[in-house]
Amino acid sequence: MKGVQIQPAMPRSWRPETKPHKFCPGCGHGIVLKALGEAIDELEIQDRVVFGCDIGCSLLAWDFFNVDTVQTHHGRTTPVMVGMKRANPELIVVAYMGDGGGYAIGTQHLVNAATRNDRITVILVNNTQYGMTGGQMAPTTLPGQKTETTPFGRDPELTGYPIQGPEMVASITRDGAYVARGTVAKPRQLKGFIKRALQNQMAGRGFSFVEALSTCPTNWRTNAEDTWKFIEKEMTKYFKVGEVKVPPELARGKGEREDG
Amino acid sequence: MPAKPKPVEGEKKVFMTGNEVVAWAAAAAGAECMYGYPITPQNEIMHYWTRLAPKFGLIFLQTEDELAAGFTMLGGVLAGRKSFTATAGPGNTLMQEPLSMAEMMRLPAVVVIQQRGGPSTGQVVYSQQEVTLTSLGGNGEGLRVVYSTSSHQDLYDYTIKAFNTAWRYRFPTFVLGDGYQGKMREPVVMYDPELRGVELVPAEPYVGRPGTPGVDRPPAHLRNAYSIEEELYEAVMELVREYEKVAPEIVEHEAFGVDGARVVAVAHGVVFRAVKGVVRELRQQGVPVGYFRPITLRPFPADALRRVAATGVRLLVVESAYGQLARLVKEALSGLPAEVHGLYKPGVLVGQGEIATRIKTLVQGG
Repeated sequence: MKGVQIQPAMPRSWRPETKPHKFCPGCGHGIVLKALGEAIDELEIQDRVVFGCDIGCSLLAWDFFNVDTVQTHHGRTTPVMVGMKRANPELIVVAYMGDGGGYAIGTQHLVNAATRNDRITVILVNNTQYGMTGGQMAPTTLPGQKTETTPFGRDPELTGYPIQGPEMVASITRDGAYVARGTVAKPRQLKGFIKRALQNQMAGRGFSFVEALSTCPTNWRTNAEDTWKFIEKEMTKYFKVGEVKVPPELARGKGEREDG
Repeated sequence: MPAKPKPVEGEKKVFMTGNEVVAWAAAAAGAECMYGYPITPQNEIMHYWTRLAPKFGLIFLQTEDELAAGFTMLGGVLAGRKSFTATAGPGNTLMQEPLSMAEMMRLPAVVVIQQRGGPSTGQVVYSQQEVTLTSLGGNGEGLRVVYSTSSHQDLYDYTIKAFNTAWRYRFPTFVLGDGYQGKMREPVVMYDPELRGVELVPAEPYVGRPGTPGVDRPPAHLRNAYSIEEELYEAVMELVREYEKVAPEIVEHEAFGVDGARVVAVAHGVVFRAVKGVVRELRQQGVPVGYFRPITLRPFPADALRRVAATGVRLLVVESAYGQLARLVKEALSGLPAEVHGLYKPGVLVGQGEIATRIKTLVQGG
């Protein structure tokens, strides 16, 4: 008998050869991707999912799953997955991006894919700044928050207030779209949202969008306690966690708990 | 399931605009997806494609901009369908972003460019000013194929060929026309390519192949980002080696009267038509002149042109741009003591009279 191997529990759809993953200690991406992996496992769609990742920290997920994956350009994951889904509607496509990719450089794609009700699932990780490039202001940066390009804090008079992404998507989509905001502070709830976003695509109902509040202690320059405080207390002042838009047909999964 | 009807059956002579020709040719080549954004002078390609779509089961999406047109096209390619887009001018500028991804990832994207005047918004009618951008655009090494058409028959033939080249060699492929070619009507023979022995290279999916990734087969992990310089260097050099290996199979040109010529006129696209007429007429009058037409601007027919230039002729580059073709010519002739003269008319056609005058002056040593 071989020696006991202790391995952390991983979703089946993860690719063990590429673990441990490449995200910084304390980064929330791993939790979002675990939620996605578990949702893929539970829905048994590993053979049909295509995962598209953007530029920014999300690109580090290019070999994360045992799932066909394409890493695209900054902001362009949405159109790549739209073109793919329309060319082969049998695929279940996931566009994975950060707040810069989805809400700044790729906003036109997000807005138009939502308006067209493209049958894709977008997962957008909101950690209030540009991580990969070293912590610049994003459309999601909180008022007063210090970043490399707002060293004295974001001044809403000059640069506005944090974008309300899911609320915007909800307001421009029709019935059939699914829109939610989860948080890595509530992983079970987040997994439920992602699962429902995938189910909504599988049912061919419409555009499915989940924003995930996430942590970036590296650029926030926070310790564990302050990191947790920021995501749970500060971010939620501007970003309300919960489902924003649910198609009437999307019945609650049995045993799913809303609040983790 | 009944077989889909073929868009072009047999062979027929038609009289139509170049943009309409492109739509038919793409369908005849087995293209299934067009993603596009309006910009003059290529709009009618979309207009005709959308009319062909229901009859032949074709996919179309009008996107939010050319970036999206290009990237949705790449999504279609990744899903395993022959996909294309068409654009011009500022749209071509934006198109370079998705096409550089296609270059890095060897995605067989096909793009039809109907050149308009530039820089900037310029004019919507005509130019040959997108040669540099189309041949060498993007933040890379210009590893793409560019066919420059000069007639509607070319548009038909080379649109079909573009899909075959793209899917055979997996480098992004352009058909470089212009607004005059797109908008004017002329006779063209449309044909079922397979009846002429043109085998259509099949498309294949990059993602979503049968089986569960990691269980039945390795996952497709497709990327264009690399961590360190050396890693990217290896990837780029592999692309370059592959491109240089296949370039001799792709490169095309046509030439006439170059043996014994004192002047050889070099032109592409519709300007070539004017040059061809002038040269043939002057030849009949006994003037020692020939022409050289690069059909592929990338890869450029450098060896063939060097052989022409090595005979000591004077070259006259004629183009509706300020020396963009001439730059490719001069690079190809690097190291040869060839004289390269230019007749540059950015954004306007070049008249046969002025071409003839310049040729005669050069022949007489002026």
